Amino acid sequence: MTDERLTSALGWASLGLGVPQLLAPDRFARAVGVRPGARTRVITAVACGARELAAGAGILALERRRPLRTLRARVAGDLLDLALLGAALGTRRADPRRAGAAMAAVAGVAAADVVAARRVSRADANLRARAAVTIRRPRADVYAFWRDFANLPAFMLHLESVKLARNGRSHWKARAPIGTVEWDAEIVDERPGELIAWRSLHGSDVEHEGSVCFREAPGDRGTEVHVELRYAARGGSAGVALSKLTGEEPRQQLNDDLRRFKQVMETGEVARSEGSPEGHSARRQLKQRPAQPVEVGAP
Amino acid sequence: MRATVYSGRNRVQVEQVPDPRIVNPRDAVVRITSTAICGSDLHLYDGYIPTTKRGDVLGHEFMGEVVEKGSEVANLQLGDRVVVPFPIACGNCTPCQRELYSLCENSNPNAAMAEKLWGHAACGIYGYSHLMGGYAGGQAEYARVPFADVGPIKIEDGLADEQVLPLADVFPTGYMGAENCEIEPGDTIAVWGAGPVGQLAVASARLLGAERVIAIDRFGYRLRMALERAGATDVIDYEEQPDVVAALKEMTGGRGPDACIDAAGMEAHHARLPVHAYDRVKQAARLETERPHALREAIMACRNGGIVSVVGVYGGVVDKFPMGSVMNRSLTIKSGQTHVQRYLRPLLERIERGDVDPSFVFTHTMSLDDAPQGYETFKHKRDECMKVVLKP
Repeated sequence: MTDERLTSALGWASLGLGVPQLLAPDRFARAVGVRPGARTRVITAVACGARELAAGAGILALERRRPLRTLRARVAGDLLDLALLGAALGTRRADPRRAGAAMAAVAGVAAADVVAARRVSRADANLRARAAVTIRRPRADVYAFWRDFANLPAFMLHLESVKLARNGRSHWKARAPIGTVEWDAEIVDERPGELIAWRSLHGSDVEHEGSVCFREAPGDRGTEVHVELRYAARGGSAGVALSKLTGEEPRQQLNDDLRRFKQVMETGEVARSEGSPEGHSARRQLKQRPAQPVEVGAP
Repeated sequence: MRATVYSGRNRVQVEQVPDPRIVNPRDAVVRITSTAICGSDLHLYDGYIPTTKRGDVLGHEFMGEVVEKGSEVANLQLGDRVVVPFPIACGNCTPCQRELYSLCENSNPNAAMAEKLWGHAACGIYGYSHLMGGYAGGQAEYARVPFADVGPIKIEDGLADEQVLPLADVFPTGYMGAENCEIEPGDTIAVWGAGPVGQLAVASARLLGAERVIAIDRFGYRLRMALERAGATDVIDYEEQPDVVAALKEMTGGRGPDACIDAAGMEAHHARLPVHAYDRVKQAARLETERPHALREAIMACRNGGIVSVVGVYGGVVDKFPMGSVMNRSLTIKSGQTHVQRYLRPLLERIERGDVDPSFVFTHTMSLDDAPQGYETFKHKRDECMKVVLKP
């Protein structure tokens, strides 16, 4: 099952369980082998029913794109269910066969929750970023500017330098949230005027592969530039979390870079305001300077 | 230098800030000789434009003398007297090439911010929130002008500052509002809001051949100016005639105006207190960003198949928008931040020829240091204030 389908199946299962737990707690309790009573009713409706509905809402609506927190909460909820059923089993109020079957079912669901949560968090470490921009320049010009990798630091804010080596390899140096990162890359596919695809070599600080594709926009609208990056961020998911905090999440970074690329190609310069002196930058957008002139010599 | 700085809702201060300097090769620095407070600055002043920060230098209507220029600015010389259009536009991207300058794709370094609110971004604007780029404004002694090879228009001697300063914004804005009405002989145009943009929309509608132009406002002195100076043929004081739609029907033989111009925007008033209070409360609670009374009325009043031209500023979302009226009656809504660069040359020629003298909108001249008083006077329409020009 794909990650999305497993996760949304868990979301729908939550809703399917939560509604009867909340509306008919006695019948639900009987079905899982526990004799109904005032306390059982409250526990079933609130601790189980309301919780399942919240989990369903979390997965299917509120956290839809990345329901990591809800899935982890579900694992905790599964453990609570097991504890409640276990406690009931120890008394004479329970039907041991039914309650045992219910515990087995909960354990199965817990396993599925753990798998789903791990998949979501791993998908996060293997980040993909895609972005596109249309530039009012002939395709050959846009391609040629990009293909000369030494031009890239002009619009890629984090890039310090790109040095060309022999046999299509290149050495890249970039500013990272802490210090700098370096990597060597090789071109794996190239069609002049159309496509450049590359990947980092083994042992790089930033393991990634990527491609940039140049297409004619319809009706004389210039050139479409489509970029795709696949990253294994340094430090796994912790590194990604850190990079998000500093506003350097790869997707935003790519979008910002493409905006500046368009500016350089169309206007010859990067647009800089007093609020955003570096030009487009997701990080700066969180922390704008006031819109008043920058002191000479200020960073 | 001294500059007018936003320091929280209903507060501006004139403060000492660093002097601007050339940042990019296509920049120029202008020493400002005259700068105006715009009605849309009052939306900032009132705290309704999101992403306005304390410390921002305000002002997007200014003119002055070029005192510094970057290496790529060939069309201007040091000492040239220029009016600076409020939209910052590169001149190179597809919208600029199509003369849709306020849609410039390259001049807003905070485009991602605007995309969150509007789906796509618009151009950068001087002193008009960080959503519009975070550029320092022109109610100051000096201003940095990006893409100076595209925006500023050179003014020869012989015209007073007050005659040409309206080219920065209000005159082209009123003109575009009227142009969007696609005026034909015999047309009646109704204009909501008789502030400076409304006055110049009235004047432009007459220039473009409208038979009748009806100005709608609640201040007698503004309606008098519309009649006596701008060329309105009729006026409606909506505090005396709260049912504006009915009044317009009566004046137009039941048809309604052929086109309606909303020159009021997001902080409109309504004569009926409960209606006004409804949107006022929602706006204060940030449940909607606008009070769209003028827009709703303009839509309801417009004749079947007519045009509603919106030049008043809106920022976010409106409630109770009469879409059924737009759809069932085949109305066209036209709008936009003004593509000022497109109108500079033709409107300057009209001023030079004497077809129109937009300086009539200026009622108050103050020193830059009195900007806080200027904002208060303008906001509360004290002393019959129509528009304030500041002299640094």
